[in-house]
Amino acid sequence: MAGRDRSVHLPELAAGRPGFFQRLRRGQQTGTRSKPKDRGKSFVMTFLAVVLLAAFLSPLVRSLTLSIKTPQQVAAVDSPLWPVSPLTFTYRDRDYPIYQVPLPDGSVKELALVRKGLKQSSFADPFDPNAQATPLITWDGNWRTLQAVTVFDPHFENYSNVWNEINYPRLLLNTILIALFSMIGTVTSCTLVAYGFARFRFPGRNALFILVIATIFLPGAVTIIPTYTLFLKIGWVGTWLPLIVPAFFANAYDVFLLRQYFLTIPRDMDEAASIDGAGPFRTLISVILPQAWPAIIAVGIFTFVYSWNDFFGPLIYLSGSPDIQTVSVALANFSGARVAQDPGLIQAGTLMTILIPIGLFLVFQRFFVRGIVITGVEK
Amino acid sequence: MSPLARREARWGLLFISPWLIGFFAFTLLPMVVTLGFTFTNVNLTQTQPLRFVGLENYQAVLSDASTWQSLTVTLKYALLALPIAVILPLAVALLLGSRHLRGSGAFRVLFFLPYVVPFVAGVLIWQSMLNVDSGWIDQFLMFLGVQDPPNWLQDPTWIYPGLVLLGVWGIGAGVIVYLAGLTGIPTEYYDAARIDGAGVWASFRHVTLPLLSPVIFYTLILAIVDVLQYFLVPLVLNQGTGEPGGTTLFLNLYIYKNFFAYQNMSYGATLAWILFGLTLAITLLVFASARRWVYYAAER
Repeated sequence: MAGRDRSVHLPELAAGRPGFFQRLRRGQQTGTRSKPKDRGKSFVMTFLAVVLLAAFLSPLVRSLTLSIKTPQQVAAVDSPLWPVSPLTFTYRDRDYPIYQVPLPDGSVKELALVRKGLKQSSFADPFDPNAQATPLITWDGNWRTLQAVTVFDPHFENYSNVWNEINYPRLLLNTILIALFSMIGTVTSCTLVAYGFARFRFPGRNALFILVIATIFLPGAVTIIPTYTLFLKIGWVGTWLPLIVPAFFANAYDVFLLRQYFLTIPRDMDEAASIDGAGPFRTLISVILPQAWPAIIAVGIFTFVYSWNDFFGPLIYLSGSPDIQTVSVALANFSGARVAQDPGLIQAGTLMTILIPIGLFLVFQRFFVRGIVITGVEK
Repeated sequence: MSPLARREARWGLLFISPWLIGFFAFTLLPMVVTLGFTFTNVNLTQTQPLRFVGLENYQAVLSDASTWQSLTVTLKYALLALPIAVILPLAVALLLGSRHLRGSGAFRVLFFLPYVVPFVAGVLIWQSMLNVDSGWIDQFLMFLGVQDPPNWLQDPTWIYPGLVLLGVWGIGAGVIVYLAGLTGIPTEYYDAARIDGAGVWASFRHVTLPLLSPVIFYTLILAIVDVLQYFLVPLVLNQGTGEPGGTTLFLNLYIYKNFFAYQNMSYGATLAWILFGLTLAITLLVFASARRWVYYAAER
C-alpha cells in the first residue's frame, strides 16, 4: 500500500493539513504528477490485476469458444482453442485433407493426402491446375508426423439448435414473467414493511426487526416440507404461484436494505407533509419514494436477477410441467442428457441464459453496487 | 399510551403486516410443523398409521452412518471453503482498492460481473473448465509441466478444491463489501502509521485489519450459513448421487434426498432441525468470539 518515505509528509502533517494527503492518495486520478517509483508500482499492480482478471474470466472465454464448435471440432486431437476445420482438396471426386509436407529439397509444401501409409504416402498438389491428371507425388515417411492445414471455421448453429430443441423462446418468456412478478411483489411489500420499521414506533419494533434479520440465518430445510405440502394440497404445485406469491410477503435482505436507506432520509419533510394533512401512505408516495428510488431500483434489480438465477424453486415446483419451466432448470436437464456428446451445444445454451442478468448488471451497476454496500457494511 | 402513539403503532403494524403474515405462514408455522414431524412417523406413502414416536427419529438419525458421513463431508468442505470465502475477496479488494491501480473502475465492474451469472450456467461453465481432458485449468497445468493433472470433479482427493474453484465466481459481493469497508478507513491512520515507521505489512496488520474486522466478521457469518447449507452444486453436477465416492453427500443434500427422493418426511425433518441447531450453535459461537477480535470504533 503506502510508501515509506516520511520526509515529505512529516512537515505537512505537522501543519495539520490532512487534505494534502487525500490529494496525494488520489494522486493519479487528480492528475498530480506521479513519481517514477509510483509509476513502477502502478505498472506492477495493473499488470497483476490484468493477469488475475484474465484468469478469472477465462471460463467465459472457453465457454464462448466451445459454443461455436461442432462435436467433431471439440473432439479433434490437438485442436487449437478456436474452432478450426481441416482444409481439404477434392481429388477425383473425393475430399482429402491437406498437410504440410517437408520435401527432400528442404522446402515445405501444402499437399492433399490421398493414400496414407506409415512408411510412404501419396499426395496430390492442390496448387497444380492439372492435379487431377497428374500422377500422385510419393513421399517417404509416416503421415502421422505431418501437420494438418486448418482454417478458422466457427459454427453458430449451436445457438439456433438449442433455441429450437428446448423451446428456448417459451423458457425465456416464462423466466422473464416469473422474475417480473417476483420483482413487483418484492418491491411493493418490502417498501411497505421497511417504511413501517423506519418511521413508526410500535411495541416490540426492535425485537421484530431482529427477528427479520434472524430469518437470514434460517436454513431453508426447516421450512420447505410443510410449505411444499401446503402448496401441493391447494393445487399450486405445477403453477408459478409458489414462486411468485411469497414475494408479496417481503424478505429480510430487501427490507433491511430499504429500511437503512429510509433512515437516511431526514424526517423534516415527513413532518412537513403530515402538517399539510398528508396521511402515512401519501407521505410514503410523495416524500419517501422520490428520495429512495436508488434503493428501490437496487431491490428491483436484485430481485429480478435473483429470480432469474433461481434453480431450486422452479426445480421442485415446476418439475412435471416443461411448458411453464424456467431456463435454468431446463438447461440443467438438457445438459444432463447431452453434455457428453455435444458440449458446444450446452455452452451455447448456457451463454444465452447469462445475457439478460449481465446486461441488467452493466446497465444498473451503480445501483447494484450501492445496494450491496448498504446491506453489507451498515449492519 | 396516548391516542396519538396508539394511532402511530397501528399504522406501523399495518405497514409491516405483509412481513408478519409471511413470517407466520412461510417461516414460523412451517418450522413448528417440521419440529412436530421430528417426533412422528410422517412419510409420503404413510403405510403405517401416523403416531407419536418420541425421540426415535433422533436415535435413528444419530445411529445412521450416512448422517455422520454427510456431516463429515460438510465440515471437511467448510474447512477448505471458509478461509477462502473470507480471504480471497479481501485480497482482491486490497488489489482493486490500491491507489496504484490504473482503471480501477473497470476492474471493479469486471470482477463483479460473474456474480450475476445464473447459478446453473456458472456450474456448467466451470464443469467444462475443470474437465480433465479438455478443461483449460488442466491444460494450463500440463503446459506448466504437470504430468498427471487432477481430475477435479471425479477424484475424491481433488473434489473439494474442485468445488472451491467452481465457486470462485461468487466472490463479487464480498469484494464490493470489503472495498466499501476499505474506503471507510480514514487516510490519516495510514499516514500516522507511516510516521511511526510502519511498512506495508505493519500498516495492514495494525490499521487495515482491525478497522476492517466488522466487515470480515459479517463475511464470515454469511459464509458459514452458506457453507452449512451447501448442496445445489452437487445436485446439478451429478444429480445428487454423492459421487465421487460419497464425497459430495453434503448434510443439506442428504436432507433434501430424504424429503424429495425417499419421501421420508420425519427423517428429513429431524436432520433439518439438527442442521438448524448446528447453524445456530456455530453462528452464536462466532458472535460470542466477536468481542475478542471485532473492533467497533464507536465502542472505544
